[in-house]
Amino acid sequence: MEAVVFFVAALLAVAGAAGVVLQRNPFYSVLSLVVHLIALAVLFLLLRAEFLAAAQVIVYAGAVMVLYVFVVAYVGGLEDALAEPNPTLRLLAPLFAVALLVELCVAIIGSGLKALDSEGPDLAAGFGSPSAIGELFLTKFLVAFEVVSLLLLIAAVGAVVLARREETT
Amino acid sequence: MDIVWYLVLSAFIFCIGAAGVLTRRSPLVVLICLELMLNAGNLALAAFARMTGTHDGQVFALIVMIVAAAEVVIGLGLIVAMYRSRLPMDVDEMSELRG
Repeated sequence: MEAVVFFVAALLAVAGAAGVVLQRNPFYSVLSLVVHLIALAVLFLLLRAEFLAAAQVIVYAGAVMVLYVFVVAYVGGLEDALAEPNPTLRLLAPLFAVALLVELCVAIIGSGLKALDSEGPDLAAGFGSPSAIGELFLTKFLVAFEVVSLLLLIAAVGAVVLARREETT
Repeated sequence: MDIVWYLVLSAFIFCIGAAGVLTRRSPLVVLICLELMLNAGNLALAAFARMTGTHDGQVFALIVMIVAAAEVVIGLGLIVAMYRSRLPMDVDEMSELRG
């Protein structure tokens, strides 16, 4: 059962990712990304990361994608040529991606981590719950938590400055 | 499912994203492909959290998610600013900073 869910979600995730790269219209790319993100949320659930899956659906597939849709609608559905006009780059880019994939797979399969070939240890019932994650954020990872909230504040101010109308300057 | 399957899937998605960043020319689509690569990293982090049986990888993945949100906000702000000043929406033609 778990294997079936994994393969369906993995297929959807890869199809969504391929759709992002292969669609000409940026609007369809964004919609493919939503499919991809929801499939990833299912995979997170299989990995016992419940809070991560919920955050993925609400924050990513919800809020961030709405932002994308707004900007695509604002800028206009610019049809984008799929093919690179430079012939050497058009040949080299997929070659580079395949080489990267082979390299990563060699690294994963050849790694000495014995636990990779297992399903992981048995976990307690509350693993990945919001309370467990929240407690870690406020104890072990407090500094990272504060730094990241500062980063979000800076990004929000920066976006307002960047997208401001010119006549106010 | 063994953890190694999740890692191979994550590597595959990462490479699709990398190919998109290299081949697509619209800055919007390049941003979306960057998003794909970050999500592949998140999947690997969650898989490692499952492997070690601790929450550390999940916390790391959440922080990556927040950083990605900040990146999206700045990137989309830049795209809107480019659109307003009628610059060409093409990453190859945005070469003003080239030395």
